[in-house]
Amino acid sequence: MEPKRLNWQEFFIPRLVKASGYSAILFVALIFFFLLREGLPALGEVELDVLFSQRWYPIEAHYGILPLITGSLLVTVGAMLVALPFGIATAVFMSEIAPRWLLEILKPLVELLGGLPSVVLGFLGILLLSPFLRTSLDLPTGLTALAGALLLGGIAVPTIVSIAEDALDAVPYSYREGAWAMGATRWQTIWRVTLPAARSGVLTAVMLGIGRTIGETMAVMMVTGNAPVLALKLESIFHPVRTMTATIAAEMGEVASGSVHYHVLFFIGLVLFLISLAVNIAASSVVFRSKKRAERVLS
Amino acid sequence: MKRASPLSRDLIQRLGFSLLTLVALVTVIPILAVFIFIIKEGAPALSWEFLTAMPRDGMRAGGILPAIIGTFYLTLGTAIFSVPLGIAAAVYLSEYARENWLTRIIRIAIINLAGIPSVVYGLFGLGVFVLLLKLGTSILAASLTLSIMTLPVIISASEEALRAVPQAFRTVSISLGGTRWQTIRRIVLPQALPGILTGVILGLERAAGETAPILFTGAAFFLPRLPGSPLDATMALPYHLFVISTQVPEMPVQIQYGTALVLIVFVLGMNILATVIRSRARAKRQW
Repeated sequence: MEPKRLNWQEFFIPRLVKASGYSAILFVALIFFFLLREGLPALGEVELDVLFSQRWYPIEAHYGILPLITGSLLVTVGAMLVALPFGIATAVFMSEIAPRWLLEILKPLVELLGGLPSVVLGFLGILLLSPFLRTSLDLPTGLTALAGALLLGGIAVPTIVSIAEDALDAVPYSYREGAWAMGATRWQTIWRVTLPAARSGVLTAVMLGIGRTIGETMAVMMVTGNAPVLALKLESIFHPVRTMTATIAAEMGEVASGSVHYHVLFFIGLVLFLISLAVNIAASSVVFRSKKRAERVLS
Repeated sequence: MKRASPLSRDLIQRLGFSLLTLVALVTVIPILAVFIFIIKEGAPALSWEFLTAMPRDGMRAGGILPAIIGTFYLTLGTAIFSVPLGIAAAVYLSEYARENWLTRIIRIAIINLAGIPSVVYGLFGLGVFVLLLKLGTSILAASLTLSIMTLPVIISASEEALRAVPQAFRTVSISLGGTRWQTIRRIVLPQALPGILTGVILGLERAAGETAPILFTGAAFFLPRLPGSPLDATMALPYHLFVISTQVPEMPVQIQYGTALVLIVFVLGMNILATVIRSRARAKRQW
């Protein structure tokens, strides 16, 4: 025995471990602080009506971020329209219908898609998806919001499937048995019992899917054509757009640090950070509240 | 209320199930198709030269060695920072932390770290590591940036693995006179190791495939030599794929597919490794 060394370890290690635990808070705070420090000066350097104008053309000091925001929204909404039905249907299929052997194949495949680097999807988007869209829809270019939405839908699917499936699995089996005993078919049970019971988890899946989509950078930068035009009409989906993330990624490399452009790009980063913060806090509070409710019901 | 006959209920169920099956297949089959397609198109590009030579002719010929080595270094660098910190944080959350509001804030912070867009990590890395700490565009700065991004994945997976170790193991160790730290180091951590390892590899897999965080912190457009120190910039597979598919005109498609294939093999290799560790540990587990 080496009692001295032991004391030393028992003293320091818990403190070290504790500090590591708190480091997560430190990092979020640091990131927030730096985005504020580098992004807020933009508000002083650029007139507010310029910042919220419709023109993004930094070379001539037009820093209107509205087209970038609408671009991100358009692509995200499009992606959700693709990913939600497919993702949730796949989750229901995997959790309620698929036989065990099929599940053993499907699950790793969906995980595989989750691990696929987005730059690979962007690459395929350029080479396959956008030429296909151009010829089949007769567009001047296939690099459009639609291409971005389709790719992002694919990127969001694994997130949505895995969280929604967990939520469905967490519904007690007795709920289903109860419904069957009352004479409901398996189909009716899925729609009227299991899905409603899992609704908060499914909602979390939706929100985290949105978070994942709005923050996606590479794939979207590669296939959306990078044209910062205001995207408010429905046809905009067939035109090139530019998202907030793509703007940062495309322009940050060429910007002098400390310039107005630099500060505006950090300001966009700040907006993205706040969006992801809101989405994640909302998602986790849904989980927290439903957990509490479940505890009340079960106790 | 008119009651539907059992036959039509059956029919609806059969139609519904078929529809769901169809949608699930439509979702999953493209995934398989993407992988098969890249393997098929990329395999002809693979050669000893492609894997071990420097790029030539404005990256239109030669190999992608600097990108492969660069991604390896970045992954390694990320592991050096994020693995100890992540596991320590998980040990704190699972073994030491009480359930109070502070712990809840830590958990919310971890969830938020996981949700921050990767390009925002890039901005942060640029502001803090590259400019403020004057590390320059370097492997070190990029690794640090990727480490923070990877941290939440490692923490969550490790915490789950630690919590899965039965409470009785700890009780027995303490009752035999073990201290808390001895219990953690000799009993809990070894038991949770496969789970932790799986989480670590999955976290690093994500780091290896990321482009946006390294764009302005460490990635070099074209660097026909291997990085000599952690303070050098480096080529990296994902960024290289981005460059040759968007920035270089008249790029041979074969080299693009080859690069995509190497990146996928790198990333999927890690994924498969994680799966193997997980399933072997499950088979051997005594509890």
